[in-house]
Amino acid sequence: MKKVAMKDVVITPEVVAEHGLSESEYEIICDRIGRKPNITELGIFSVMWSEHCSYKSSRRHLKKMLTTGKRVIQGPGENAGVIDIDDGDVIVFKMESHNHPSYIEPYQGAATGVGGIMRDVFTMGARPIANLNALRFGDPSHPKTKTLLAGVVHGIGGYGNCVGVPTVGGETNFHRGYNDNILVNAMCVGLAKADKVFYSAAKGVGNPIFYVGSKTGRDGIHGATMASAEFDDDSEEKRPTVQVGDPFTEKLLIEACMELMATDAIIAIQDMGAAGLTSSSIEMADKGGVGVKMHLDNIPQRETDMTPYEMMLSESQERMLMVLKPGKEQIAIDIFNKWDLDVAEVGITTDTGNLVLIHKGKTVCDIPIAPLGDDAPNLNRPYSAPKNLDVLENDPIFDPVTRGTDYGVIVKTLITSPDIASKRWIWEQYDRSVMGDTVDNSNSGGDAAIVRIHGTNKAIAITTDCTPRYVAADAFEGGKQAVAETWRNLSCTGAEPIAITDCLNFGNPERKEVMGQFVRSIEGINAACRALKYPVVSGNVSLYNETNGQAIPPTPCIGGVGLIKDLSRFSTLKGAKAGDHLVLLGKTEGWLGSSLYAHLVLGHDRPDAPVYAPPPVDLQAEKANGEYVRRLIRDRRVRAVHDLSDGGLALSAIEMAFASGLGFTLKHACDVPLYAWLFGEDQGRYLLAVEENSLNPVISTARALKIPVQKVGEIGGNRLIASGAFDLSLQDTHMQYESWLPEYMDA
Amino acid sequence: MQSAVIVFPASNCDRDAAVALEKVTGRKPLMVWHQETSLPRVDFVVIPGGFSYGDYLRSGAIAARSPILKDIIQKAKTGLPVAGFCNGFQILTEAGLLPGALMRNKGLRFVCRPQKLKIVNRDTMFTRAYRGKDEITVPIAHFDGNYYADNETLNTLKQSGQIVFKYIDNPNGSLNDIAGICNKAGNVLGMMPHPERAVDPLTGGTDGVGLFKSVLEAIR
Repeated sequence: MKKVAMKDVVITPEVVAEHGLSESEYEIICDRIGRKPNITELGIFSVMWSEHCSYKSSRRHLKKMLTTGKRVIQGPGENAGVIDIDDGDVIVFKMESHNHPSYIEPYQGAATGVGGIMRDVFTMGARPIANLNALRFGDPSHPKTKTLLAGVVHGIGGYGNCVGVPTVGGETNFHRGYNDNILVNAMCVGLAKADKVFYSAAKGVGNPIFYVGSKTGRDGIHGATMASAEFDDDSEEKRPTVQVGDPFTEKLLIEACMELMATDAIIAIQDMGAAGLTSSSIEMADKGGVGVKMHLDNIPQRETDMTPYEMMLSESQERMLMVLKPGKEQIAIDIFNKWDLDVAEVGITTDTGNLVLIHKGKTVCDIPIAPLGDDAPNLNRPYSAPKNLDVLENDPIFDPVTRGTDYGVIVKTLITSPDIASKRWIWEQYDRSVMGDTVDNSNSGGDAAIVRIHGTNKAIAITTDCTPRYVAADAFEGGKQAVAETWRNLSCTGAEPIAITDCLNFGNPERKEVMGQFVRSIEGINAACRALKYPVVSGNVSLYNETNGQAIPPTPCIGGVGLIKDLSRFSTLKGAKAGDHLVLLGKTEGWLGSSLYAHLVLGHDRPDAPVYAPPPVDLQAEKANGEYVRRLIRDRRVRAVHDLSDGGLALSAIEMAFASGLGFTLKHACDVPLYAWLFGEDQGRYLLAVEENSLNPVISTARALKIPVQKVGEIGGNRLIASGAFDLSLQDTHMQYESWLPEYMDA
Repeated sequence: MQSAVIVFPASNCDRDAAVALEKVTGRKPLMVWHQETSLPRVDFVVIPGGFSYGDYLRSGAIAARSPILKDIIQKAKTGLPVAGFCNGFQILTEAGLLPGALMRNKGLRFVCRPQKLKIVNRDTMFTRAYRGKDEITVPIAHFDGNYYADNETLNTLKQSGQIVFKYIDNPNGSLNDIAGICNKAGNVLGMMPHPERAVDPLTGGTDGVGLFKSVLEAIR
């Protein structure tokens, strides 16, 4: 960013354009404040009306979402969503992107992404108890991929490990579509008491405004604007706009805030995230229906001669703003002093409805707050209609044998493909067991992480999911599928799925095709949420993930949270015993369109290859099958459960074998061709390991409920066998699965 | 047995240690803030894991100079049992209560996994309760766990039975596979693995219980 002396900047059309504002937006600003803005005021409008803060392209579509439910205490609109998990306990959670900064500076970008999302959660009074990360990188052969992956993972670990919150799960995909725009989506889950949730509405006039945490520097100025534009070849010059994180300060800030929250001193509290002091003060005032007057000379500053513009737009990390009850100031000061954190009274709430900033005795900003939110652009961007997709009909030429290869080679291809291969190299760098309540995590390869609620016999299950392959082919079905897969993964543990957070990553919304993907994904997500009674309680939109006109594959990432009421009745991927039967639940038709098999074996991932419809999700079947699986877990009828996703039955069975350390024999006994039976990705399906005594009840009850069910094999031995297809060594296959990523990173 | 857990800024296993101590000893430990200048009357002190002072300067270096450490050093020298886990081990070496140093892991990466350990010396106040058992699995989670000492120190450690735990399949390049050592007198233990995270079959196994039980039995 060009260094400009801000004091006497003349507002020219160029300056307006540099702030990402259109001429008409500028006219609205002049109209609302009744004069031309100065540079500080222009900067404030610019960040508040950026895509990142105003959701101007997405707002009207997000409104369609299901956001209420019987366990929803707070839906979208606060720092994070809040759900009820009984006994006066609530879970506060959200997922957020930090894509652009992570590409420019992977360590700090990812680290501050984790820090930011944790602040969103503890701002609401919840102690963070788990982190997850959904990551997307470019093609492994791309020269930058390895460095970006190493830096992002190091950054996530560097921050989360230090703060002492376990990183328990997530997902990682690789595709050339992310070569120049990686995705780093961080999710944080926190625990609070229902009567101790804090909100951001600064109600009441004459209350003191306090600034706590780190000092303000010049880092991250215009980060929100950066996240609202696409990249070009000069993007790396934006490195100075990436913030620098300090997890040590974050940890102190958590402890200090928790201590202060135990008192009754706080009226409202808000972390300083994107657009820093500007958005935190304006959001608190706007929600509380008050004005704000701040003395910028009182802002703790890390650098000298900072201008009002710089202070208001800085995105320095680990800072919070709060409104206290008059008379309680000393309580806060003492606590923050104990933790060696800066604390300063910087302003007061007023009845003017204006944001007034005083600097060196002069008023440097005096603008009405309401228009910053109310009059923010709300665009109805044009979007294109979906293409009609052909359904890929099964054909003998898809048979590995006809293709001159064999099933063993195919299994190896899938198991060592970047999306499927073990991510141990990544998650071993994350502390997964700190806090002592991690019941299941990435270590087991299970469907969802399980974290106990401290001191109780209940737990939450957490997962993140999206299959960009499906969304790219059909955004509606893909959006639906992402939600359904989280629901399925939670059900695999026995958890009752409660709600989701969504992190919607797309390209440039000014292009009709991208906007079409966005709109239809939301419709798909919404369809699934409504059918499954599984609302969205928080989320984030990240647009402009695009470089030189090349957009990322649409990636609406979903984070799901469910409740396990009794920790004596849950399930994981582990636990299958020799002699157990393998039972497949759900309808199997052998759907190969847009499957991993089609992409890796049939070559459908080639840029010029035809696109086939992804497997549709039958939401009614999804619901019935999931409910049945949870009932079987409650009744202790199953030893291990796994959903079927990428790579179908074959990979599901193999992953279960890796977790239990036991082989299996699959026996094909239906009309679906063998290759499609093994690798088809029909949705809403589960693989169950069932002991002998439970086999008949499991099958007969499923039939009574009209849920398609078939016994497909047995557990035992040390071979992975599918009759007529493959017979592989468990140990060798596991080694291949484990070795891809470390070998890639060390090469 | 009354125990204490020392809390530094950015300790993050202090709660885990407290939970483990209460579970095994039946009594809540006292949580002692690093700014205190003297320990309350206790039978056992745990210096927990975490990133005290953000690991700035060197892991454990700043915490080793905290006000409370002076009293801990003095009392440890007169026999008070003290155990440091992970960052606690780093602090104890920085404070001079244990020899050697903990350097960055050989792989230059943070590593968190369930780790198999060999109990090398079962005749210490921290290991006696393991009876018959010579292999345990306890989680590790650290970036700076690569133990180093000069030859002379290493020989002394070996000869006087101060090597308490060794890694099976060394995760960090530690000299001689050392995972945990004690002082000559046998009342100060430092180890990189987290026994406090292995006291519950649901969340990491129960192989850490023996350590706390040993101390409990030794003190009775």
